[in-house]
Amino acid sequence: MTDTPVHSGQPASPAPTAATAPSRRALIGWGGAGLALGAAAAGGAVAVARSVDDTEPAASGAGGAIAFHGIHQAGIATPVQDRLHFAAFDVKTTDRAAFVQLLKDWTEAARRMTAGRAVGEGAYGGLAEAPPDDTGEALGLTPSRLTLTIGFGPSLFEKFDLAGLRPEALVDLPKFAGDNLDRNRSGGDLCIQACADDPQIAVHAIRNLARIGFGKVVIRWSQLGFGKTSSTTPDAQTPRNLMGFKDGTRNIAGTETDRLKKFVWVEDAKDADAAWMAGGSYLVARRIRMNIETWDRTSLQEQEDIFGRDKGEGAPVGKAKERDEPFLKAMLPDAHVRLAHPDTNAGATLLRRGYSFTDGTDGLGRLDAGLFFLAYQRDVRKGFIPVQRSLAADALNEYIQHVGSAVFAIPPGVRDKDDWWGRTLFAGTPGGTNDPKEA
Amino acid sequence: MRAVRLSVVTAAATAAALAAVTGCTEKSDASSDDHVVEVTATDSKCEVSKKEFPAGHVQLDVTNKGSKVTEVYLLFPDDRIVTERENIGPGTRQKVTAEVKAGDYRIACKPGMKGRGIRQDVTVTGGGKATKRDPRLDAAVASYRQYAQEQADETLPKAKVFADAVKAGDIEAAKKAYATSRIGWERTEPVAESFGDIDPKVDVREDGLEEGQDPEKDWTGWHRLERSLWKDKKLTDRDSELAGRLIEDLTDWQNRVGKAEITPTSMANGAKELLDEVATGKVTGEEERYSHTDLVDFKANVEGAEKSYELLKPVAQENDAALVTELDKQFAALDTLLDTYRKDTTSYDFTSYDKVSEADQKELSDAVNALAEPLSKLAAAVVAKK
Repeated sequence: MTDTPVHSGQPASPAPTAATAPSRRALIGWGGAGLALGAAAAGGAVAVARSVDDTEPAASGAGGAIAFHGIHQAGIATPVQDRLHFAAFDVKTTDRAAFVQLLKDWTEAARRMTAGRAVGEGAYGGLAEAPPDDTGEALGLTPSRLTLTIGFGPSLFEKFDLAGLRPEALVDLPKFAGDNLDRNRSGGDLCIQACADDPQIAVHAIRNLARIGFGKVVIRWSQLGFGKTSSTTPDAQTPRNLMGFKDGTRNIAGTETDRLKKFVWVEDAKDADAAWMAGGSYLVARRIRMNIETWDRTSLQEQEDIFGRDKGEGAPVGKAKERDEPFLKAMLPDAHVRLAHPDTNAGATLLRRGYSFTDGTDGLGRLDAGLFFLAYQRDVRKGFIPVQRSLAADALNEYIQHVGSAVFAIPPGVRDKDDWWGRTLFAGTPGGTNDPKEA
Repeated sequence: MRAVRLSVVTAAATAAALAAVTGCTEKSDASSDDHVVEVTATDSKCEVSKKEFPAGHVQLDVTNKGSKVTEVYLLFPDDRIVTERENIGPGTRQKVTAEVKAGDYRIACKPGMKGRGIRQDVTVTGGGKATKRDPRLDAAVASYRQYAQEQADETLPKAKVFADAVKAGDIEAAKKAYATSRIGWERTEPVAESFGDIDPKVDVREDGLEEGQDPEKDWTGWHRLERSLWKDKKLTDRDSELAGRLIEDLTDWQNRVGKAEITPTSMANGAKELLDEVATGKVTGEEERYSHTDLVDFKANVEGAEKSYELLKPVAQENDAALVTELDKQFAALDTLLDTYRKDTTSYDFTSYDKVSEADQKELSDAVNALAEPLSKLAAAVVAKK
């Protein structure tokens, strides 16, 4: 046993949801393990497997695993990983029980993948006639700090009798100046954010979850991201966006318990209109296309004026170091940092986990690139909306365009191995399931 | 309880048994009387001199005492042909030989060379008896083989209507006959594809040609004619020739369907492959890029998949009831969705695919994924034994 689990194609644990698990698992049982262990009795195989899975891996270095269970979902305050695969889904089933079962199946798969294990019965060694449960491209790779974070969009609350549980803080975003939104890159009944240090791990996770979801949910749109543009670890260097600038220097750090509590996590008592969201957060995702070519032919002075920082050090206008307190009045009135700063927005503060993206080139040979902006906040009305309104005057708008947009309620974390994504929303509401947790 | 073990062996053993038989032989241990089976065919009977004989080289000594030309088959329990002899005229005698392993077989006479024939069950005795397959699966394969044969038989006349219109230079009539001439083929495509050589002759698209092949010289089959009709909008002598060749190639297919290697798992996987065909070619509009009749092929592919599934369902139901529930639901959902693209559920007059919006194409694609993913688990549910 090592502290760093490596993706294994072999089954490691009996699924807690065995009774209702996807049928083939029940059907083939421990076929895979039986074959691998030769003549081992099926019961023996289970015993061996159990001993593996009871060791929940602890958070560790770049290749390690991030704990899946907790009060909050991982992937928000977690130190930002290098890569992203973000997917928005539409729910197709009208069968509440089938959807709840999917959430449970997804939780189990997410629990396994974030621990560096293969989905279901693994990627090989099973029945020759059946496609493997796991697609296999993560075999031999480390967990790479994979986090999987689920969110529920406003449109989900119109389904399954959930309208009464839609939190007031989960507003439909208003139209902002300069928006040029593509409906094929916007919205979604739910989302899953996969972040990892290895792109293959993030892609593997979304691919397997999408596959488990076929027939119940469909992917509406997805986005790959690289080169994190925000850091939740202030001691690390602030990464640069594709414009070459450091941005988000004052982002909330994963260790700043007070600011997280104040600006990011939903609290039961104070946000009482949605008690089921306690421990959760709200996510705004925006696909922001950059006009890379025109930006690159803009003079250095203008670039620095637009941001309100110098390009080399990242220091605010008139200051020496990146982390020096910015003097906003020294910046031009339409400088990006000035307009985005909490002081300009009555203290509005976001936790950002943005990623750069490039999806090749468009038909005109221009780089289809920009920033995939992910912001977490306790209330969208007090977070993203005022900041984005303030940015209507941003000089940067000449070089960027918001082309995709979505907002999601991020439910609290999965507490333990009997818990599942979305339980607090779906349990105890009309048509709830017979999960013991709901009693 | 999850400790369910499987029999993966069953299918493999059956496949091996099927492969171990050859149709013809020059060796002569059939000269021993034990190995000679007298078959007396009339217009209403098919009598055999013995119903049990030892494994090895067997000779069927066939006498046609009827008034019609007949043919004689030695068949596996799933109707696959071990050996056959056609065109046995009234009053004539023919010998048919084969090397046969132990197991259950049937001898069939087909007076008039039509239909399923008059059948006699026979047993071949001796060592090395093949593992018995679930008789329900043998029955499923036999029914599916019959279905595939019917599809080929029904396709030929329709293809001739199409070919004749092409030869007559009647563009409108040819366009009208085009899509329907393909339905039987699209329903059973995995069987045709299993021969390897027919599919590239009749159903290849221009981008499927190999390097060095000239579209003007080497491209044959339906899609070449589709291009002439819808894109070039004219018919030439070359097209007449291609129409003739299409009929020849389809006749070859019709003649060979009975010998196709079909197993329960290949039926299940064939069903999935039909959905894969839809997912990769039809849902994108690539298959029928000139005629835009993709939804006709789409429907035929789904029907063929559904046929395999329905035949395998009793066994799948026993092994994996939840899968059957899901498949029933998803087949129904896809069929319902497809019906919205035709006025009348008995007609194959579907909306032209260039009139289907991008959003609707995605909806079709989503429905295909919703069905194909559980369908990929059907083969496992067929081989699994409790």
